[in-house]
Amino acid sequence: MRTTTYIQAINEAIREEMRRDENVFLMGEDVGRYGGLFRVTRNLFEEFGEERVRDTPISEQGFMGMATGAALVGMRPIVELMYMDFFMVCADQIFNQAAKMHYMTGGLVNVPLVIRGQHGGGKRYGSQHSQCVESTFAQFPGIKVVAPCTPYDAKGLLVSAIRDNNPVAFIEHKMLYFTRGELPDVGEETIVPIGKADVKREGKDLTLVSFSYTLLEALAAAEELKDEYGIDIEVVDLRSIVPLDTETLYASVQKTGRLLAVHESQSNCGIGGEIVARIYEEAPHLLQAPARRLGMAPVSLPVSQKLEEEVLPWKKNIKAAVLEMLEPVAA
Amino acid sequence: MPISVEADVLSSKAETVIEAAVLSNEQLTHMYRDMYLIRRVEESLLELAESGKIGGAMHTAIGHEGSAIGMAAALQPDDYLTCTYRGHHHSLARGMDPKRAIAEVLGKADGFAQGKGGSMHFIDPELGLMGANGIVGAQVPHAAGMALASHIRNEGRIAITFFGEGALYQGVMHETFNISQRWSLPVIFYCENNRYSEMTPISRTSSVRDIYMFARAYGMNSIQIDGNDVEVVYQAISQAAERARAGKGPTFIEGITYRLAGHMAGDLETYRTPEEIEAQRAHEPLVVLTRRLLERGVKEKVLADIRTQVEAEVIEAVEFAQNSPWPDPAVAYTDVYAL
Repeated sequence: MRTTTYIQAINEAIREEMRRDENVFLMGEDVGRYGGLFRVTRNLFEEFGEERVRDTPISEQGFMGMATGAALVGMRPIVELMYMDFFMVCADQIFNQAAKMHYMTGGLVNVPLVIRGQHGGGKRYGSQHSQCVESTFAQFPGIKVVAPCTPYDAKGLLVSAIRDNNPVAFIEHKMLYFTRGELPDVGEETIVPIGKADVKREGKDLTLVSFSYTLLEALAAAEELKDEYGIDIEVVDLRSIVPLDTETLYASVQKTGRLLAVHESQSNCGIGGEIVARIYEEAPHLLQAPARRLGMAPVSLPVSQKLEEEVLPWKKNIKAAVLEMLEPVAA
Repeated sequence: MPISVEADVLSSKAETVIEAAVLSNEQLTHMYRDMYLIRRVEESLLELAESGKIGGAMHTAIGHEGSAIGMAAALQPDDYLTCTYRGHHHSLARGMDPKRAIAEVLGKADGFAQGKGGSMHFIDPELGLMGANGIVGAQVPHAAGMALASHIRNEGRIAITFFGEGALYQGVMHETFNISQRWSLPVIFYCENNRYSEMTPISRTSSVRDIYMFARAYGMNSIQIDGNDVEVVYQAISQAAERARAGKGPTFIEGITYRLAGHMAGDLETYRTPEEIEAQRAHEPLVVLTRRLLERGVKEKVLADIRTQVEAEVIEAVEFAQNSPWPDPAVAYTDVYAL
């Protein structure tokens, strides 16, 4: 084992899959010679050359459509959106085209396409460069959605995404890029299956489900709640949004009897609301108290650090939500 | 107030003149058969739509067939093709079985996509048909992406994409033109200029009179041709394909044509006069091709025999499609994700 950054883990996954399969290629703005705005694709241009690592003009509709076309005839493009917010510029190509082709043609074609990039707040990029996108992607059948938190999960899920025969939205987070974690040694294959959640912290009082950067805030909140109140939180990392692993989730709630879903995107129409609805429909008997969700306030993200902290559902807000749910027990 | 369309709109400014290929009578007779088949399939589909058997939107290409027939003869059978929702003609010209095509439009189990795609989503990867598209312009970057795939894999295949002039006002078109030209991709952009964006005439939508000039702005080889003359279309696409295969990059072809039927089945056609449509019939692809064949000595009896054979084939295809069962309801839940 060794430790690497989240960026390095993603870079390794792309590099190893490009070495393994010559149909894999990379497209996006500044991904080649510059190595990506966030340096995620650095040194790939040098190894694979301009045929397979393609700097595009700033034309999201054009290159997302071209990637879809190339995937329709058997290539495995990886497209970087510099900010995931830019999916809205090329939404037709993602949702009307890539996601629907397999179904609309009765299975005659498929689109093995990876759309990757970073989302989320915390770095003061403001309203148009900080949005969380997973719930929008999850609304459209035909596309899988993953949002890993650790370098290990990032590498393993990206390998799975590249090998998957469907479009996969691979959602990174700008706050995770320089976090570090363990990875198997170079040369050992790292694969994490899409659609499997992972218990990142065991506990008995409440199940807190989250993903992406918010999971780190949840883990920090769990440690403080343990130290300050003796509350023992189980933290489940969803890792995949579509398909959703309710089995792992319900197994945890069976143990704790309480469920809090936390994510950085808005509560309104978010995955947290979906998870809460599902457990009431499918396994209400597991709940000893009402299930809850916690997301960002229903505003566009402001730039000022103070204002960002106010509206994001991070450690302080997570602790407050947990204490509200457990107050009767704690008292 | 309906706007009249000039009957002969080839631009006097067209800088590249394509001289029509002279095809053999045998080739032209074969083209006549295919063109007549497409015409009769689409006329039959309109009858089925009028009798309420086809839901949703169905767009026929009656009057546009010259582009499809010229293309099928000019390209290799494995060259990639994408097109618009007005795409029955391209698919049938490339060899799609009319039985399965009509069954698909009717939403039946024997449709090529088991009734999940319908009229706007014709596809057959085995024939290089990589998808008609319901969103105006969306299929154009797909073809460029296929050309890119062919380039990376060094396949020697080219891609062609068909669209109407109404697509030229979508941003994705211009993004694709720019990248394709910059990367010298082996792709042909074929604009079937029927002079209406759905119901609105080109005079009210376009900032330029000659559509092919748009592509010139990207430094692209771009020409305007008579899209109703299969020998002209054949020559233009052949030359563009040769350029593409030689690594000389994309070509834009503006083929002037005219849509003789409505934008879709049920179009009220309040935007044009019967006189305008009648005037265009003198120069529609089937009339042009018939005249050419007779001028070159092919006997009317030969053409009449072809028409009789085609009629029988189309009647059989319509019967097959109508008798095809509905899809099993379980089919609604398959093919969401590929394995």
